[in-house]
Amino acid sequence: MKKGTLKQILLITDGCSNKGENPSAVAALAFEQGITVNVIGVLEDSQTEHDSGLQEVEDIALSGGGVSQIVYQQVLSKTVQAVTKQAMTQTLQGVVNQELQQILGPNQSLEDLPPEQRGEVMEVVEDLGETCDLEVLVLVDTSASMTDKLPTVQEALFDLSVSLNARIGRNRFSIYAFPGKKTAINKVLDWAPRLDSISSVFPKLTSGGITPTGPALKEAMYQFGKKSLLRSFRNENRSDVEEA
Amino acid sequence: MKIDQTSKKREHPLPPGTIISGKWHRNQYKIVKKLGNGAVGTVYLCDHQGNRAALKISSSGSSITTEVNVLKTLKKVQGNGSLGPSLLDVDDWLHPSGARYSFYVMEYVNGQGLGTFIRLNGDDWLGTFMMQLLGDLEHLHRSGWVFGDLKTENLLVASSPPRVRWIDVGGTTQIGRSIKEYTEFYDRGYWNMGSRKAEPSYDLFALAMVMLHVYHPGRFDKGNQPEKTLMNKLGSTRQLKRFQVPLKKALKGTYTSSSQMKQEIATLLMYRPQTSPKMTRATARKVTTANRDRSLLESISILIAAGLFYLFHILLI
Ligand SMILES: Nc1ncnc2c1ncn2[C@@H]1O[C@H](COP(=O)(O)OP(=O)(O)OP(=O)(O)O)[C@@H](O)[C@H]1O
Ligand SMILES: [Mg+2]
Repeated sequence: MKKGTLKQILLITDGCSNKGENPSAVAALAFEQGITVNVIGVLEDSQTEHDSGLQEVEDIALSGGGVSQIVYQQVLSKTVQAVTKQAMTQTLQGVVNQELQQILGPNQSLEDLPPEQRGEVMEVVEDLGETCDLEVLVLVDTSASMTDKLPTVQEALFDLSVSLNARIGRNRFSIYAFPGKKTAINKVLDWAPRLDSISSVFPKLTSGGITPTGPALKEAMYQFGKKSLLRSFRNENRSDVEEA
Repeated sequence: MKIDQTSKKREHPLPPGTIISGKWHRNQYKIVKKLGNGAVGTVYLCDHQGNRAALKISSSGSSITTEVNVLKTLKKVQGNGSLGPSLLDVDDWLHPSGARYSFYVMEYVNGQGLGTFIRLNGDDWLGTFMMQLLGDLEHLHRSGWVFGDLKTENLLVASSPPRVRWIDVGGTTQIGRSIKEYTEFYDRGYWNMGSRKAEPSYDLFALAMVMLHVYHPGRFDKGNQPEKTLMNKLGSTRQLKRFQVPLKKALKGTYTSSSQMKQEIATLLMYRPQTSPKMTRATARKVTTANRDRSLLESISILIAAGLFYLFHILLI
């Protein structure tokens, strides 16, 4: 199997979208184009997972083929790292499963193999996860309620970079904040191989109530470069891993 | 997919007496009791044809498979059999509800937690356990692997004779790759003191943190200057004073292999404190005086004897 580049959007938010198109629909679109959408919902200390109304978090990730988790900010670092890695494994496992079906016939997945052979397949998945190139666009909700959480978000992103940069494969990260003043999203950090250079703090806070998650996701999708977007349109069924 | 942190707590443990039967190998295991659970699954003590074993079960087949791969590798490289519990079986279980679980069965390590053992049996064991761990780590590293998720909770002391054993190989990673699984408190990346690349020094940092954790079971925050926090903690932990130099080096990533650290710990442990030096010198003096007296007596008697012989000699002529 050829080595490829995995593309992920990591959305960090604390509330529901209330403006623009439906974020789950946009996430589904992104997934169609080979970009996985992962979502982390940050809770207030007073909230519990169930009364939070963050159902949307789960829905977006589900449509976006990614992983979601709702957490308190104290465990954000660990979560960001785990969600990203798990999403990688999930995507790669999907690709390998697809490959398996071509060999073993339809509806055969990893679990249908006897345990002995499963080990070899998992080794392939792990090798890919370690060596593939990865592009992560971090999309941070910077609406007023997130203000006091942003230092933690920043720390978590630094930690993510520590984890991913220990891999053999190459990484590229970028950070965008939403809502922007005039645009849907604001660039915080352009594509860079590591995140430890984010001395630039998130922009001082914007408007109060609006959270246009859908439009922000759509704009984020375009930051992966129009060229690669077009290419993934062309080979749709291999969209999860774009061949390098 | 949704990672749900609370789902583990909600997952009902299997009641004692439950029979787990393997779909592929058809072995049967009877659940005796729950041993613990963590990020990946739940571990039970079970009975298989009258023998005790530990069974780890999870709904995530891929995590189970990954750990099984590691246990198989360890089986290949282990010499005297202390690199992790030995692997006995791997299989799937179809729950009556239709859910599929993956599980593996391993040797049951009957032991006490490291912290508990030391609190009950004294600090003297600490050095011994460090030596045992460093020996095992050296062996593992030489085989091209790093343990990764080394923490107090993953260390058990098996009894008679006490031997520290590690369980939970979920973090075991090939050297040069990124650490598969770690726990923040023991992770040098979290403390800003190094990368998450699998290399021997990663385990040695965690080992030093294990030693700190034994005496600070509540853990502690990293603060604004993580390195300084660690050094202060190390300096102020009375029980670790003796090992301060090597532990500091381990935290700072100075060692490139376990054997270097083991050597230095060994030197500290083998050091024989002399009994009070004054006493010693005094006794020594006494001994030499006695010797001198004795030799004086001898020479005098020889002299007298010689004199007598001379007298006889003269008389005979
Ligand atoms: N072979 C064994 N013998 C005896 N006890 C065991 C064995 N394996 C695991 N246990 C017990 O079960 C607990 C959980 O096991 P383990 O650490 O493997 O689970 P986990 O899901 O990987 O947890 P985590 O990754 O959070 O440490 C251990 O802390 C230990 O008490
Ligand atoms: Mg584990």
